[in-house]
Amino acid sequence: MSAVDLAQFHQVFFEESLEGLQAMESALLELDSGSDDPELVHTIFRAAHSIKGGSSTFGFSDVAAFTHVAESLLEEVRSGRRAVDAQITDLLLRSVDCLRLMLARSRDGEPAADAESEEIRQALAVLVGQDTGGAAKPAKAAAPAVPAIAGWHIDFKPLPHLFKTGNDPVRLFRELASLGEAFKVEQVFPLDDALPSLDACDPTQCHLGWKLRLDGDVARKQIDAVFDWLDGDAEITLTEIKAETTPESASSEPAKPSADTAPTAKDAAGEQGSGAAAPRSAGASSGDGGSIRVSIPKIDALINMVGELVITQSMLSEMGERFEDAAFEKLRDGLSQLERNTRELQESVMSIRMLPIGAAFNRFPRLVRDLERKLGKRVNLEMHGEHTELDKTVMEKIGDPLVHLVRNAIDHGLESPEERKAAGKHEVGTISLNAYHEGGNIVVEVKDDGKGLNRDAIASKAVERGLIRSAQGLSDDEVAELIFQPGFSTAAQTTDLSGRGVGMDVVRRNVNDLGGSVRVRSVHGEGSTFTIVLPLTLAIIDGLATAVGGERYIVPLTSIVESMQLKATDVRQLAGGGELFRFRDNYMPLVRLHKVFECEHAVTEVEKGIVVVVEGEGRQVGLFADELLGQQQAVVKSLEAHYRRIEGISGATILGDGSVALIVDITGVVRVSQQAHKAA
Amino acid sequence: MAKILAVDDSASMRSMVAFTLRGAGHDVAEAENGQHALDTAKAGAFQLVLADVNMPVMDGITLVRELRALPAYAGVPILILTTESHADKKMEGKQAGATGWLVKPFDPDQLLATVNRVLG
Repeated sequence: MSAVDLAQFHQVFFEESLEGLQAMESALLELDSGSDDPELVHTIFRAAHSIKGGSSTFGFSDVAAFTHVAESLLEEVRSGRRAVDAQITDLLLRSVDCLRLMLARSRDGEPAADAESEEIRQALAVLVGQDTGGAAKPAKAAAPAVPAIAGWHIDFKPLPHLFKTGNDPVRLFRELASLGEAFKVEQVFPLDDALPSLDACDPTQCHLGWKLRLDGDVARKQIDAVFDWLDGDAEITLTEIKAETTPESASSEPAKPSADTAPTAKDAAGEQGSGAAAPRSAGASSGDGGSIRVSIPKIDALINMVGELVITQSMLSEMGERFEDAAFEKLRDGLSQLERNTRELQESVMSIRMLPIGAAFNRFPRLVRDLERKLGKRVNLEMHGEHTELDKTVMEKIGDPLVHLVRNAIDHGLESPEERKAAGKHEVGTISLNAYHEGGNIVVEVKDDGKGLNRDAIASKAVERGLIRSAQGLSDDEVAELIFQPGFSTAAQTTDLSGRGVGMDVVRRNVNDLGGSVRVRSVHGEGSTFTIVLPLTLAIIDGLATAVGGERYIVPLTSIVESMQLKATDVRQLAGGGELFRFRDNYMPLVRLHKVFECEHAVTEVEKGIVVVVEGEGRQVGLFADELLGQQQAVVKSLEAHYRRIEGISGATILGDGSVALIVDITGVVRVSQQAHKAA
Repeated sequence: MAKILAVDDSASMRSMVAFTLRGAGHDVAEAENGQHALDTAKAGAFQLVLADVNMPVMDGITLVRELRALPAYAGVPILILTTESHADKKMEGKQAGATGWLVKPFDPDQLLATVNRVLG
């Protein structure tokens, strides 16, 4: 029975294993693209080796069996006995994919192996020429009846360098003594014919040997185990002292576990113990919402800031003890210091959730490689700004939309090498991923140098789908916007890459759900750029507070284009109750927030209120409110968790005066207002 | 109670070793590669070093050799953590001066038994 519950280390094991697989994949891709850096093979080997060690330690035996054969193959590569070819790279890349799934299943407490993992494991085993029936453990031969042993004479003649290995004879003797009933040193002899004189004696050298006697029924194996570390460092001669055989001692033998079976039984118990722990931890880990690794400097910065906050707090409270009017200036200073502390602390706490976007980018080299092969295109992938940090949750959710954009860019954007040559371009197309900070946002660009969007194809498809009547009068950007409409696809035939039932509308919806936006700029013949703008975090938003009736609504700053006052003459009434207003040579819908949210006592005269032009789902609308109260940060509280979901509202926040304000969900409001129009 | 240095590039293995040894009352420092371990060892007098073999920057075998070259660590027990499939590493470790080894996978009980063996 172990006092340590191994399940507590599973989470770390899964995380580091996934990181290891990522490193393995990157290194394999580099090898595949012709690099011969020997460190790559070491990296790959080390990753497999660590996963094997961890999985066997923590009781994930399927994963351990799988990585064992992968490691054997890698060992051959590392030692130069086998060259890496395309077949091996492919198999190892498949192994990486397979291990990811196996780890995920292990985490969920499911059996890790399946038909596919078995197939890959067999393929690896065939390559390294190992017995493929690896799952079945060789049956242990029944321990032969061991004749009773009365004890041992042990001649222990160490080599002079014994001490330099950190092995201490006293420790060995103590260990031997613990095995039997009686232990004694029968004779101590000099290793050379005579001991050196005291001044010639080197204290770091061993000059002595021992003749020992151990009494008791001790198996040779047990004694060997004591000396197992001394192989090559000592001469050890064991001579058995035979017992006078009596029927009693012979019959008592089976009752005692023999040296052969004792460790086996222990191993099995250990394995069962950790095996039983596995499902328990999986249950816990699936509920804990994941963990995050934080660098020590970030934590130190946090601690520093808390320290400063404590100082400010004590200064203010001391001031509060005996406050005089003269101290008013000091109070103001103290409050502004508190404000600074709070802001810094907030930034610092936020930064803990921030991870470099490289973690979302690193799947692309592999994706691009696979797509190149599948589509017969040649692609050069460039990535910039991998160190740009963004919120972990945002990053997890932006992965799929990015994958979709990259797939699309390669599948639809880039031409075949022949087409590119004919167009006078380099036959290798370029996809570049670029991330950078801009204001309080992170911008991610997916850019290709392919053929660009085809205006005519998009227009005719849009007409066919009934999205527009005609493309006449629409700008190129407006036509390009059509690809984000639900159900739109310009591919002549749906390939299995882009046609996974996910269109650009889903990309846009996912990005919008994160409080971000996506747009496309395209130049015919030169390529397209998709630009995703995302908030750095979902926990706090910068917003513009507006008043509507007696209530407050926060409009997220990221979606605001402009705010202005209108004259009554700027607004046109539509049949059915809708309203349009003129904005930069365009007419756009006017959405009266008091109508959407059914507020009473709101300003209704256009000239007395204010219009905030916002953008959502690629559409701009004007939100009509009573007045602007100013910009402020809002800590987002879920409305769903505390009340229920309301269309057009993404959450709530508490203002400085303690009142509650609702945060406007721009896409939701746009949707609500459109539905209202359609209904009318 | 002894001062022990646990060296492994795998955070899960390192935590398991450190947690187990701390639970047994030892004072444990952790290092994630050989170089880190060497620097840590020079700065503190450890009575036992447990080192993984395969690590980036500096592997465990090199670490053993470097430690043995330091007078302060000439006779300190150093155990390498190796796997059954790499029996040759045991010998390599021994030639570098390792006291002994602990074969992975091991459980906390086996770890404690082995550590007690060298600490007596």
